[in-house]
Amino acid sequence: MKLRFAAAVAAAMMAAAPALADLTVPNLSYRTGPYGANGNQYADGFNDYFTLLNERDGGIGGQRVLTPECETAYNTEKGVECYESTKGSGALVYNPFSTGITYQLIPKVSSDGIPMLTPGYGRTSAKDGSVFQWVFNPPANYWDGASVIVKHLLDVNGGDLNGKTIALVYHNSAFGKEPIRTLEELSKKHGFTLTQIPVDPPGQEQKSQWLQIRREKPDHVILYGWGVMNQAAIQEAANIRYPMENLIGIWWAGGEVDVEPAGAAANGYKSATFNGVGMDYPFYGDLKTHVLDANKASGGGQHVGKAMYSRGMYAALVIAEGIKKAQELAGTPEITPAQMRDGLEALEITEARMAELGLPGFGQPFQLSCQNHGGSGMGMIQQWDASAKQWKLITEFIQPDEEVLQPLITADAQAFAAENNIQPRCN
Amino acid sequence: MLYREAGDFKTSYRDDSQTFPLKLDRMGYWVTLAVAFGVIPFVITDYWANAVLVPFLIYAIAALGLNILVGYGGQVSLGTGGFMAVGAYATYKLSTSFPEISLLIHILLAGGITAAVGVFFGLPSLRIKGFYLAVATLAAQFFLVWLFNKVPWFYNYSASGQITAPERTFLGYVISGPATSASAKYLVCLVFAVGLAWVARNLTRGTAGRKWMAIRDMDIAAEIIGVNPLTAKMSAFAVSSFFIGIAGALLFSIYLGAAEASETFGITKSFLVLFMVIIGGLGSIFGSFAGAAFLVVLPVFLKNVLVGAFGWPTDLAAHIELMIVGALIVFFLIVEPHGLAQLWRLTKEKLRLWPFPH
Repeated sequence: MKLRFAAAVAAAMMAAAPALADLTVPNLSYRTGPYGANGNQYADGFNDYFTLLNERDGGIGGQRVLTPECETAYNTEKGVECYESTKGSGALVYNPFSTGITYQLIPKVSSDGIPMLTPGYGRTSAKDGSVFQWVFNPPANYWDGASVIVKHLLDVNGGDLNGKTIALVYHNSAFGKEPIRTLEELSKKHGFTLTQIPVDPPGQEQKSQWLQIRREKPDHVILYGWGVMNQAAIQEAANIRYPMENLIGIWWAGGEVDVEPAGAAANGYKSATFNGVGMDYPFYGDLKTHVLDANKASGGGQHVGKAMYSRGMYAALVIAEGIKKAQELAGTPEITPAQMRDGLEALEITEARMAELGLPGFGQPFQLSCQNHGGSGMGMIQQWDASAKQWKLITEFIQPDEEVLQPLITADAQAFAAENNIQPRCN
Repeated sequence: MLYREAGDFKTSYRDDSQTFPLKLDRMGYWVTLAVAFGVIPFVITDYWANAVLVPFLIYAIAALGLNILVGYGGQVSLGTGGFMAVGAYATYKLSTSFPEISLLIHILLAGGITAAVGVFFGLPSLRIKGFYLAVATLAAQFFLVWLFNKVPWFYNYSASGQITAPERTFLGYVISGPATSASAKYLVCLVFAVGLAWVARNLTRGTAGRKWMAIRDMDIAAEIIGVNPLTAKMSAFAVSSFFIGIAGALLFSIYLGAAEASETFGITKSFLVLFMVIIGGLGSIFGSFAGAAFLVVLPVFLKNVLVGAFGWPTDLAAHIELMIVGALIVFFLIVEPHGLAQLWRLTKEKLRLWPFPH
């Protein structure tokens, strides 16, 4: 009995490994739990972009792209299990879509030699390519986001934040704590007072935090939330009648799922974003012909055009461009993870290229290098229009404050290098 | 008659009271150990280590610890996650403060620190028991996680609040950090698991264990026959927390390599370990291992069957997996409220007589 069970386990585990062929980009997704609503859309966007490439162009460089999915439930232990179960299948690059899992995987991918792309999340100082050889976080990171938001607040306040108070409501995890250091520096520079208000994950319960906000009446509230926490925060803000246009979220607090539960009360809520929104792009014509109408859309195509879907699609786009670049450099369509890394390092996405892909102005132009693994870091601000049920972009791309960010990134990367005996490269 | 005891005679009390009185059991035990130490380290892959065996061994240690408290001592605890966090953070602070001392010593010291913390939070058990004590230990769970989140000293003032295991070696082999080989990880956890199981077995059948069980079964009667409730209860908390602290230390330093208090050591961890103890069987060493295997290996197995073999969507598989595991827990507890250990014991009884029922 025991033996037979062990044999069954062994057989099942062997069967789980996909065939060694094509280009494998594992999709560590989460479609369940308190973050599932957002995770679902992202994973669908990620899959659909590659499905389109496979259907329309026959893959990249003639090689089809496989995206085997593995459910992490935003849980680090399951994330490790997913990483281990997929890395043997020739995984080219990982996009774990969770800051906690990213922290877990940074040492592992570095020792296994598999690149990891963490667009808009993960460890900010991974932008320093001289220390983080295998980790990339273009087009923007959390510190860029914090800086872009503060720049927008400067614009709204006529260029002066002196004497203002800004509250940071954050997910009490690595993700939410990331911007604190930057915001502290920025508060010194611009003279505003920063109040830190942590919310314990998953974050449905925020009554006391918003009571504090009602009492202290900060001029602006910055929200670093994720999943069910965003819905709760926006609903609570509406309950205390906090002016919605003064509540501004990071890009992960900027999806339809976050604002829709609050209904009309969420009108005017703002969030940062590093990619375009809506479906006014020629790209969607192709997507409709080759994926949606062919019934090949992931999850039935119910989320196409939503903010999180677009972000997942954008992540896939960056990976696909990286693969293309890697194939060019290696001179063969069958690339290895190491060649993929070189491809990402040499990656350049121009405005012309975005237009060629049918997504003009959807993402910012950026160029990576050995030193710079993070791109230009620009972000836009979008605002929710509750009556039209649409996000509207209200700014152009805003350049973050590099003179504050760069020293912080270097310092953090140096500390990591010292802790782990890494010799900085790129000289 | 698969289980033969004909001819298995005992001529001394010593023989009669050994852990495995049946020769077949004894042989099974040695064969298991031989395979665990002599075969698996040479064939283990990263996947088997990181997804199956290492978490199984670590959770088995945690379940052993909790079983001493709940199963043998009768003191209900919901603070397991918090105590595991103490073990993890203690290892982190010790190994970053004294890098020249071996990590294995730090892990043991972390167990000691957790034991002290456990005794402190166990003090209410002198006044309250049952559900009331469960709530008091639940407070420990929330307080400890909050503390490790709140005080930056515990995570060395890192920007993200994460703790990361530094690379450490033992006899020239890397045992912690990303460069650790699968077999090194597995062996470290195996040595701790086997050693601690041996300690637990011998403690529970000696004086200490008898005192714990006396308190568990009827505290007033135990006091009358001369068991000091203070020392019995406190020693149960101390030993249990020591085990749980070591499990937390291994979880962080050997298995995960990085951890975050609220995510890795949240209340769900307390429940998970408590379920392992209940499903495995209260007051049983084997049960702790069986319970850990049930709750660690079964979900991975189901995931691989549903997604890998049947090709189901991952979200559907994840939900079905929860339902199957939940249903199995209910089923097992209805069929055998004393857990897998009792089920195994009954199976053995039946096998001794098989094929003749009476």
